[in-house]
Amino acid sequence: MKKIRSALDSLQLLFPALSLLIFLQAVVSAQQVRPDLRWGGDAEGGAPYLMPDPQNPRQIIGFEIDLMEALAGRMGRRSVFVQNQWDGLIPGLQRGNYDLAVNGLEITPDRREQVAFSIPYYACGEQLSVRVEEKSISRLADLKGKVVGTLKYSLAQRILEREGGMEIRSYENQNNAYDDLAIGRLSAVLMDWPIAVYYSQPNPKLKFTGPSIEYMEYGIAVRKDDAELLRQVNQGLTELINSGDLRRIYEKWGIWNGETEKIFSMPGAAPGASPQRSEALERFASTITKQLTWNERLRRYAGYLRLMLVQGAPMTLLISVLGMALAIALGLLLALTNLYAPQPFAWLARAYVELFRGTPLLIQLYLIFYGLPNIGIKLSPLVAAIIGLGLNYAAYEAENYRAGIQAIPRGQMEAALSLGMTRGQSLRHVIVPQAMRLVIPPVTNDFIALFKDSSIVSVITMVELTKVYGQLASTYYDYIGAGLIAAAIYFLMGLPFVRLARWAETRMATSH
Amino acid sequence: MNPLISVSNIEKRFGEASALRGISFDVEVSELTVIIGPSGCGKSTLLRCLNGLELFDSGRVRIGDVTLELDASGHGRNLNASLRQLREEVGMVFQSFNLFPHLTVLENAVLAPVTVRKIDRKTAEERASDFLKKVGLRDRMNYYPSQLSGGQQQRAAIARALTMSPKVMLYDEPTSALDPGLVGEVLSIMRQLDDEGMTQVVVTHEMNFARDVADKVLVLADGELIEAGPPELIFSDPRDPRTRNFLQRYL
Repeated sequence: MKKIRSALDSLQLLFPALSLLIFLQAVVSAQQVRPDLRWGGDAEGGAPYLMPDPQNPRQIIGFEIDLMEALAGRMGRRSVFVQNQWDGLIPGLQRGNYDLAVNGLEITPDRREQVAFSIPYYACGEQLSVRVEEKSISRLADLKGKVVGTLKYSLAQRILEREGGMEIRSYENQNNAYDDLAIGRLSAVLMDWPIAVYYSQPNPKLKFTGPSIEYMEYGIAVRKDDAELLRQVNQGLTELINSGDLRRIYEKWGIWNGETEKIFSMPGAAPGASPQRSEALERFASTITKQLTWNERLRRYAGYLRLMLVQGAPMTLLISVLGMALAIALGLLLALTNLYAPQPFAWLARAYVELFRGTPLLIQLYLIFYGLPNIGIKLSPLVAAIIGLGLNYAAYEAENYRAGIQAIPRGQMEAALSLGMTRGQSLRHVIVPQAMRLVIPPVTNDFIALFKDSSIVSVITMVELTKVYGQLASTYYDYIGAGLIAAAIYFLMGLPFVRLARWAETRMATSH
Repeated sequence: MNPLISVSNIEKRFGEASALRGISFDVEVSELTVIIGPSGCGKSTLLRCLNGLELFDSGRVRIGDVTLELDASGHGRNLNASLRQLREEVGMVFQSFNLFPHLTVLENAVLAPVTVRKIDRKTAEERASDFLKKVGLRDRMNYYPSQLSGGQQQRAAIARALTMSPKVMLYDEPTSALDPGLVGEVLSIMRQLDDEGMTQVVVTHEMNFARDVADKVLVLADGELIEAGPPELIFSDPRDPRTRNFLQRYL
């Protein structure tokens, strides 16, 4: 009975956190309105596919935006872009976060096992880039013994692996690969031709070498059971191809090429056509190559700051504070169960701590977000992020509390029991309040750590501070400026909590 | 009339070592019983068995209407319920005071009446301040324990125990952690309670207190009750050589 009551006391703490989560879940699901054409892509992926508009970073632009606007128009629906980490585009589709995935997804046999693809909407090859002074590299065979950069999980990476004989460096982001090429860390970079057109070609230190290598087709991914939608998409694409609308989009972006011309069944075009001048491309090139005056630089940084503060920071704060609230409540319950509950329960609490502490947060988040829907639990990204961080950090908080509770002299419990209090009452009124004060420093530590760890939730499609930073950095090609501003915001947001903890600590200390 | 406390044949082992070997004694209402004996003789363990802080392996303790009986395997019927009932009847004062450091003196004395007896806070505070005045802490009620001297802390601990209106008060070396100059103020409270008819059991090394105030003295050695009787008898004419030996060192 005692034990049950002490568990109930802790549940009372947990309950408000849980009901808040359920409330958030309800708010989020209420916002999901069906008839829009919802499609997923990653705006951090960059030009010319999807990126924040350098002129107005709250707006996402790119040839795939134009493509989907046109396609949705044909289908009589409204195009709605859903931000999703690139690696997770297909799981997000299967989970039902959106109905189509469109972001340079190459049609491959592996992917065909998981999803259905539309007819191809674009085709291209891979392009080798080198430094302008480089003369010895013009084809794959010349890369033997060299250090070569490419994008993770891309066709280019598989081509390089097949070729062999070189050291391959896989990057998350195209900018970093081309920067490393320019400063000599790499001898060459192999990437999809449109990426090379946007990120390598405008750079005066770099040049294209050789013809485009191999061949791939981008398709729109659709869930396999969504045959009717696939049919409509294919019909819309065919209409866009036949009307010439799609070609005009590619020309606007400066990426019309021979390969695409061929799949659009217009015979006579040679593959690897050189890129045409395009206003969109020139504007982008000038953004990333232009030398800024101090005034322009300041104005751009003010823009970063505004966007990070409006879009990123509040989400980071919300996720961190609610995640920590859950961690603190659940951690206390776990610590008390571990210390005072009868056997199977105590054992389970210990197993929980070991399991959640001993496995990567990233994988836990994936399982919660992409795994749980398989057993019918579909959480919104926000709720999944809060629960994921909360469950993980609860393991650490449980150990903090256990240490704090065990540091309270045994005489305290004996005195409380001697006064006729139950074990639960003794814990609640005597032991836990004293332990709380002891654990303030380690719990503050963990909160600051969680605060920064919260950036990991971008893998389950949350747009928070680090994701906004990534999008800005890749849009403006400015990792240092944007990085310093993001770091400063994390630092300044954490400070009030550190001060609060200090204050609580000294206030409680006066009672000793 | 039945004795208020009746202890029969308590056995307690710590692993291989035998701490208590079949101890039995009674305490009448309003009596002050002092337990003495060399360190490690088991007197603190015996006292802690009286309110179930230490569970004996076998034997029986009855205080008032509550009986705690454990068989050879250490199991008792309705153990948790009997422990709670027992502790509500018995107040305990510790060598190291064990006040709750995060609460003021008044809050220390209010906590149990409010949470255990469900008395409303206002009434509980009035009652608690009466007890605190009684032990001379009228102007220290809103201090935290760390702001008090050892003697004041022990007096506060006594007041805290009294707020639960116990039938019996147990003291486990209540003055051993105090500066010599502060011992008197604690002993005089216990004397005052004795005058008011409180039943008290005290483990102590204060032999003068035992001689002057105790109704009965129990002498323990090696986990056995070797002698029991009125102080005049024990102190002037101890029968067991171990008692004589022990008393020589203290008197």
